[in-house]
Amino acid sequence: MAVVSSTNSTVMNNVEAVRATLYEAMKNDERTVILGEDVGARGNVFLITKDFIGEFGERRVIDTPIAEASIVGIAVGMAMEGLRPIAEIQFADFIYPSFNQIVGEAAKIRYRSNGEYTCPLVIRTPYGGGVRGALSHSVSIEALFYHVPGLKIVAPSFPDDVKGLLNAAIDDPDPVLFLEHKKTYRLIKGEVPRGHYTIPLGKANVRKAGTQLTVVSYGLYLHWALEAAERLAEEGLSVEVIDLRSIRPMDKTAILNSVEKTRKLLIIHEDNKFGGIGAEISAMVAEEALFSLDSPIRRLCGPDVPSMGYAMPLEEEFMSSPAEMADAMRAMVKF
Amino acid sequence: MATTDLRTGSLELHGLSDEQLRDMFRNMLLQRQLDNRGFQLNRQGKVPFALGSEGHEALQAGAAMAFHRGHDILAPYYRDLGLCLGIGLSPFEIMLSIFARAEDHNGGRQFPNHYSSKAAGLMSFSSILAAHLPHAVGAAYSIKYRGETGRAVLATCGDGTTSEGEWHESMNFAAVHKLPFVMLVENNEWAISTPLDKQMAQPEIWKRAAGYGMPGRRFNGFDPIQTYAAVKEAMDRARTGGGPTLVEGTCYRYLAHSTDDNDLTYRTREVVQERRKDDPVPAFEALLLERGIVTAGGVAAMRQDVLRETNEATDAAEALPYPEPADLYKHVYEGAWEPWQS
Repeated sequence: MAVVSSTNSTVMNNVEAVRATLYEAMKNDERTVILGEDVGARGNVFLITKDFIGEFGERRVIDTPIAEASIVGIAVGMAMEGLRPIAEIQFADFIYPSFNQIVGEAAKIRYRSNGEYTCPLVIRTPYGGGVRGALSHSVSIEALFYHVPGLKIVAPSFPDDVKGLLNAAIDDPDPVLFLEHKKTYRLIKGEVPRGHYTIPLGKANVRKAGTQLTVVSYGLYLHWALEAAERLAEEGLSVEVIDLRSIRPMDKTAILNSVEKTRKLLIIHEDNKFGGIGAEISAMVAEEALFSLDSPIRRLCGPDVPSMGYAMPLEEEFMSSPAEMADAMRAMVKF
Repeated sequence: MATTDLRTGSLELHGLSDEQLRDMFRNMLLQRQLDNRGFQLNRQGKVPFALGSEGHEALQAGAAMAFHRGHDILAPYYRDLGLCLGIGLSPFEIMLSIFARAEDHNGGRQFPNHYSSKAAGLMSFSSILAAHLPHAVGAAYSIKYRGETGRAVLATCGDGTTSEGEWHESMNFAAVHKLPFVMLVENNEWAISTPLDKQMAQPEIWKRAAGYGMPGRRFNGFDPIQTYAAVKEAMDRARTGGGPTLVEGTCYRYLAHSTDDNDLTYRTREVVQERRKDDPVPAFEALLLERGIVTAGGVAAMRQDVLRETNEATDAAEALPYPEPADLYKHVYEGAWEPWQS
């Protein structure tokens, strides 16, 4: 499945990193179960859990009926009664039927029982566009959930982060929504350390250091932002790119430290702009570091439409590009 | 299952001892007393909200008798005072909930009647109907997963909840996996203001069991003995690997939905008075008297004792403090928490 590159690490793509981490969790903890649509015999639509059912049995790898509300709801009940469920929503677009179970139930179990009950639950789901996924296999959902106290939200972009953050999510005593950008599944490869490790939730990562502009991003667009920043580097312009990694909690210190240095902030995300993650980051920086800024904060985000369309022009028009990101960065550096 | 006429029919006790019959009756008296107390406190302006279960007493006393404390799990809904008393919650705990005191299991966060107690096996639930049923099914899965025998999950809901999608999803999953799960529907004929015929075209809820491939049974929920027998049979089957059962108890909601509801906007006083003729509390009292299981003096003493216990619980809970304002910020997650990490 993976290419061995050194004794201490392995090169994997994102989908392999998810698979390897889930496999490790199933091996290490008998309380871990995986449930979702087509996770068993089919091995998940991206083959993430391929062969798991043969090794761990159908009692631990549960092919559920097509019923998203109860996929999450049953996982909540399992978590309340001692198991460590990892629920899968096949595509993030299908998460809406389970909205109440996530927002009204999972996020409130600990709170409403005054700490008597807890809900250590991971909900994994592939999200994002650029894959000809049309209206119902393309959306970003993070903004719908990041408003909700009681939830944690993670959106890693590199395979090493996928492993460390998924391990942390599985270990976490509270519900975690784990978002996997499906376009990056096989596109993005990287070194993944061997052995068990975790990366704390709520810690961003400076993927490229720079001095003239801070870019905050995550998901597919983080990779495109890095590509754009490299183009600017060839022009002699220095851009710092922060991989947010966790959306809730969010790493205030990493963002502020960078903005204090570069004095300019550009937030890039695929989810639409209005009420998106960038709005909260902008507000936080305006509250905490307004007088450190040398230019207005900018956001480069998805357009305010329900989704991208299936037809190629309707997808391309929705999606940004490294070139568009480079233009936005250049304009801000030169502001 | 034949329905017993409490006054004239032959009496099959299903193994219940005289002491258990008296316990069930005392539970019914206590339910009614605590219900009344909640409404009184509301009318006195002492608590903002109360919700009663009048008409459900026999059903809940009987069902609770089939629950094995320390083994089974209860996933109830908000009209289950008697069930929660019957599995071990005390009147004091009920009053802590009504007064929203800090010592309440929920720390005064939830509405009254939204009890939870991990120690008692009582799962936390919200006001969103049917949302607790997947949780109950997940708990049943956990029991089966660990290979635990002699344990089952008793989940309850009203007729109104059977219209929710998650009711169906839960029944289906429980049946597919033959889980130790019993779905007890307390059919009181009202979904707040909406009568049965506006909720479903086929009003015998138990018949849906066939569609899920599980046994179904209906019983007279005004009869605590029939209730006990039906729930016990279902729980025993669940505890021994026989899978889930749908049991439907018929009863009636005598009070408005809550202290915030005026039921005269959707039903007449006369209709309710007519149904009061079947009130299970005096009916069961008459039966126990007739069979010599209680005496008139014994019933009077029991009523006195229930009143005393209710008064003491009321006074004890009322005297305790509310949660502190700072408690608002606790238990959002494990440990101290800020959405912004620094």
